[in-house]
Amino acid sequence: MTSTDVPGDVPSAYVRDKRTPPPSREELRARIPGWGADLDPADRPSYPRLQYPADTGARWDFPVRQPGSEGRERSIEHAFVTPVFGTAQPLAGLSGVIRRYAYARFSEGRLAHWMLLVVGDRVDAWEHHLRSFVSLRPDVPATGLRTEFTRGAVRSRRGRSDVRHQLLDPVVVLGPWVAGVGGAVLGVRKLVRAVRG
Amino acid sequence: MRAMVYRGPYKIRVEDKDVPAIEHPNDAIVRVTLAAICGSDLHLYHGLMPDTRIGHTFGHEFIGVVEKVGPSVEDLQVGDRVMVPFNVFCGSCWFCARGLYSNCHNVNPNATAVGGIYGYSHTTGGYDGGQSQYVRVPFADVGPTKIPDWMHDEDAVVLTDAAATGYFGAQLGEIAEGDTVVVLGAGPVGLIAAQSSWLMGAGRVIVVDHLQERLEKARTMAHAETLDYDEYDDVVVEMKKQTDYLGADVVIEAVGAEADGNFLQQVTGTKLKLQGGSPVALNWAIDGVRKGGTVSVVGAYGPIPNAVKFGDALNKGLTLRMNQTPVKRQWPRMFEHVRNGHLTPREVVTHRFPLEDIAEAYHVFSSKLDGCIKPLILPDAA
Repeated sequence: MTSTDVPGDVPSAYVRDKRTPPPSREELRARIPGWGADLDPADRPSYPRLQYPADTGARWDFPVRQPGSEGRERSIEHAFVTPVFGTAQPLAGLSGVIRRYAYARFSEGRLAHWMLLVVGDRVDAWEHHLRSFVSLRPDVPATGLRTEFTRGAVRSRRGRSDVRHQLLDPVVVLGPWVAGVGGAVLGVRKLVRAVRG
Repeated sequence: MRAMVYRGPYKIRVEDKDVPAIEHPNDAIVRVTLAAICGSDLHLYHGLMPDTRIGHTFGHEFIGVVEKVGPSVEDLQVGDRVMVPFNVFCGSCWFCARGLYSNCHNVNPNATAVGGIYGYSHTTGGYDGGQSQYVRVPFADVGPTKIPDWMHDEDAVVLTDAAATGYFGAQLGEIAEGDTVVVLGAGPVGLIAAQSSWLMGAGRVIVVDHLQERLEKARTMAHAETLDYDEYDDVVVEMKKQTDYLGADVVIEAVGAEADGNFLQQVTGTKLKLQGGSPVALNWAIDGVRKGGTVSVVGAYGPIPNAVKFGDALNKGLTLRMNQTPVKRQWPRMFEHVRNGHLTPREVVTHRFPLEDIAEAYHVFSSKLDGCIKPLILPDAA
């Protein structure tokens, strides 16, 4: 049976070749700026995946070590604290204890490592929120909301399917704050009752 | 100096911080002249990336002027205008020596599974980022490149990640002449991936999204056909119909961990955080590509597992290719393409915000208000 014998309503997936050939090179070059400029796969920047030795500009075999690595948390899959590292926001407070335990106890291959880091993130946030409440710049549940009134919020969302889950954002954002305030009120009430006997 | 500061999920503000110091002999301090918010910054903003600490300054897309250099820096001088790849990398470890700059082993003590990235949590090394007036740039002789005189600043800043990632994503697709390429996501990465697919010989490029301004941009900027997934009950079926029931030869996943398109995945992944984000686009890629085809993943995912249809990838005999982009490896060729007008990175830019208004910029970008595709941040604007 030749391709001309295939009924017209049989799609490409069921026969030997695509039934509609792609446009010609000439047609594509006329329509698309630069079409085919990287046509040769062997001449693309990321081919081959491993390019040894890469010309990186490094004049060292192993970098000079940045000072201050003592006590810095690291993945236990590393042999040591890497010679260069970020020094932003060092571990502190209860969140720091949780994070340090996550790094010291669990490898990156263990879900507990990441879950503890997420817990550390939430504790870190509340440590800072509580501190902010006694400052001149208290935290709020969400920022940037002024743009809901200045950047066409209704127009921008009209007809979009993601509005369904965006409706959950206030719950996600406000939920922990409502729970926090509720818990604080109940705690204070219980304390007052205990004191009154 | 003034800097963007993370205060918890959905909360950021601008604060005074100390100007960063030289901490290693090959460091430079760069005064940021232009920065951008990346779609992947929204994963941090929404609290999806483990070990994102309060006080962290985001920003891995920035250009600037060298303000100070460490004693071992030879290739940069104070006053040089530089563009900085989003990767922090040493240039000498086993991985860098083979061109895998995004997988550098010498810059991120917090994890071995990811290299160093500016302003992207402690999981990527704990470096404050460029959404600020100054930033510390390690390995100044390895990472930054002087901005060519002819290059527009907005092209340069988009080339530090989004454009390079789109171009890299098309390469990961191993596109052969005449291939049908589907690009999932018409954000900055997807738009450049679509443009790049043509350069590599695609015969057809189809971009999938649901935001009208982005689909329009895919048609005008990337000369692509478009599919609005909101118009279909099941966009995978439509992808099959559009490709004569074969599936696409190549699918480029340019969305990442907060994909829309499936309510359950969105709620469990990005709202309740019961998995590492919403892998809808990744599953559409696996479903929409043809058997024996290639899925290129350049959308950003974190270390927490996702509900991905791996069995279908196995049974279809797919090639899955992915990585964070080794940016500097892309630049020499990309510079030619930009100069020739074959790639047009700054066309993705839609909004420009002063640093002081960055909280508004994040909300606009996160909620996709006002047709926002790519917001830039101007550190010194009043």
